[in-house]
Amino acid sequence: MSPAADEAPPDPSSAVAVTVDLGETSRRELNRMLHQAQAGSFRVLNPRGAHGLACGLDARVSVEIEGSVGYYCAGMNKQGSVSVNGNAGTGLAENIMSGTVRITGSATMSAGATGCGGLVVIEGDAGSRCGISMKGVDIVVGGSVGHMSAFMAQAGNLVVLGDAGADLGDSIYEARLFVRGDVESLGSDAVQKEMRPEHVAALARLLDAAGMEADPGDFRRYGSARGLYNFHIDDIDAELSARREAS
Amino acid sequence: MTDDGAWQLRESYTFDRNVIAEIRRAANTGIYRIRGWGAKRRLPILDDLVFLGASMSRYPLEGYRESCGTDVVIGAERAARPVRLDIPVTIAGMSFGSLSHQAKEALGRGASAMGTSTTTGDGGMTSEEREHSSTLVYQYLPSRYGMNPDDLRRADAIEVVVGQGAKPGGGGMLLGQKITERVGEMRTLPVGIDQRSACRHPDWTGPDDLQIKIQELREIVDWQVPIYVKVGAARPFYDTALAVKAGADAVVVDGMQGGTAATQEVFIEHVGIPTIAAIPEAVRALRDLGVHRGEVKLIAAGGIRSGADVAKALALGADAASIGTAALIAIGDNDPGYDDEYRRLGSAAGFWDDFQDGTDPAGITTQDPSLSARLDPVIGGRRLANYLQVLTLETQTIARACGKSHVSNLEPEDLAALTVEAAAMAKVPVAGTGWIPGA
Ligand SMILES: Cc1cc2nc3c(=O)[nH]c(=O)nc-3n(C[C@H](O)[C@H](O)[C@H](O)COP(=O)(O)O)c2cc1C
Repeated sequence: MSPAADEAPPDPSSAVAVTVDLGETSRRELNRMLHQAQAGSFRVLNPRGAHGLACGLDARVSVEIEGSVGYYCAGMNKQGSVSVNGNAGTGLAENIMSGTVRITGSATMSAGATGCGGLVVIEGDAGSRCGISMKGVDIVVGGSVGHMSAFMAQAGNLVVLGDAGADLGDSIYEARLFVRGDVESLGSDAVQKEMRPEHVAALARLLDAAGMEADPGDFRRYGSARGLYNFHIDDIDAELSARREAS
Repeated sequence: MTDDGAWQLRESYTFDRNVIAEIRRAANTGIYRIRGWGAKRRLPILDDLVFLGASMSRYPLEGYRESCGTDVVIGAERAARPVRLDIPVTIAGMSFGSLSHQAKEALGRGASAMGTSTTTGDGGMTSEEREHSSTLVYQYLPSRYGMNPDDLRRADAIEVVVGQGAKPGGGGMLLGQKITERVGEMRTLPVGIDQRSACRHPDWTGPDDLQIKIQELREIVDWQVPIYVKVGAARPFYDTALAVKAGADAVVVDGMQGGTAATQEVFIEHVGIPTIAAIPEAVRALRDLGVHRGEVKLIAAGGIRSGADVAKALALGADAASIGTAALIAIGDNDPGYDDEYRRLGSAAGFWDDFQDGTDPAGITTQDPSLSARLDPVIGGRRLANYLQVLTLETQTIARACGKSHVSNLEPEDLAALTVEAAAMAKVPVAGTGWIPGA
């Protein structure tokens, strides 16, 4: 569908989804339409791996993309609900603020990077650096995640039903990581932590929100040892003067 | 000095007193030295160039009467709302967190009064600076601290930061003293930690990715505002060319003497190349691509102090210059009135560079409310506006003397170099000769 000047503009408030065929409509037109909509639902056909689809949403619109997408799909999403029936390229839902982004396939690098809120669900696997620098988003991955996932993760939850690659949670701050399978290795300052009842309950809620069937009791939790939070300063002069004072 | 023929105390050139003090400090603490400001050692700088002025073969413009334009437009080709600056000097990105909110407000007020832009930093946008900046550039940094689409949409331009002159290849730093509750909340970090921010962007790795990233940012803001790319001066020819290829409307090149809020001293003094060497290389890339003084603008930074520096940067081919340290000094940094307090901190007015400490007596590089309350943002803004006014008048004075009706008409042909190094780096002849080493 290509809204020509003489056609009535699509009415996204109607219950029927507006269909946009990217074989005919440009990304710019699609995103402009999505940014102008206050509500309603859209169905996007023929995405053909295009980049930056449905990025910058700022309203309760729902977008269903039929096919695989390129980089930065649903980037900086706020309130919107975006689903992809396919795979996603780098930076899926990067810096998401709120709302939900779900893909049925797998995502490559940096899925959910720097996300501040909302929920990202990847039914397949995620590549390296999933949840890098995450700042409050919840990410649930049905499969496995690649190396350096949750690098410098600041806040939020990363749930992995499969395995995690090398250096999980390197230099992590306060984010919580739950992994059901094997962790190839933990990164600097990341440690396994006790799964207390409140963590089991939180994980159960996340799995439920993501629509994933799994027993929270099967997961292990990882987080920060907080050993990198402050520089270690070995103040020898102060120690010596204290010793002198004491003697 | 008595000269009794005996040896005097002789300081080693190699192991001078600062070198010895640093070895002792390192041995005592086991941590590298971190400080603010920029490179302090002697470097080839723009002082090593002079203008030739008009003469028999060049016709000057009348000092006060003939018009000499100073405006700059950025992003006219691609952005619905290009940035329009009245003067060719902008305020560089300095974060709230490294600076007090009063300092950010003063920078916004001063820049706005003179019709130029100010820039956020590695810590997000505060309401104070948005409110007081008529043109605000929003930095998009590797850390993405405080990054959000609402602020992105209320920015007048977006600056993707790849690097900084003080530390090309290094990430940010903000020590625990400055991570107060407000700063911690804006960055989603625990209060009081020594924050080290990422040196690489989390979701793109090379220029091909950056091109897609820039398109995403343009889509999010509906192609409203220009996009800059800031690089530390390391390989300015290639970095500029790649930034242009990635789709930047402006390239900001920050030389090694560029200021910082907190960086390892070894980085400040030993990584990157001087501004005088970086500008001509960036210009060469823009010329090669046919966008110089056209579609893509060049903003030069790092050690800009005077209208002479601004004019020289423009003559070498920049479209505007950007200032950090000088702007802080203008609003009150290193104020001699606080000399006693600087001395109590083991320094003195005019020397103090511990921006990382949060103890700034002038209330600028601090988050301590009792200190920051000392900075009156209105007075600070007026001081900055006055200073920017002087930079502009000086730049115009030189441009008129060179016969230019717009400051952007200054050109390398107007310059000569005082040293062989400066001639080689700036690619202008050694004064009194036609010799450009290496040309
Ligand atoms: C206190 C302070 C904080 C800074 N913070 C940032 C920052 O957050 N992001 C950035 O790109 N550059 C930052 N810079 C570097 C400036 O943007 C600019 O590149 C540099 O100050 C220019 O050199 P000059 O200080 O010699 O004018 C900072 C500089 C200072 C002095």
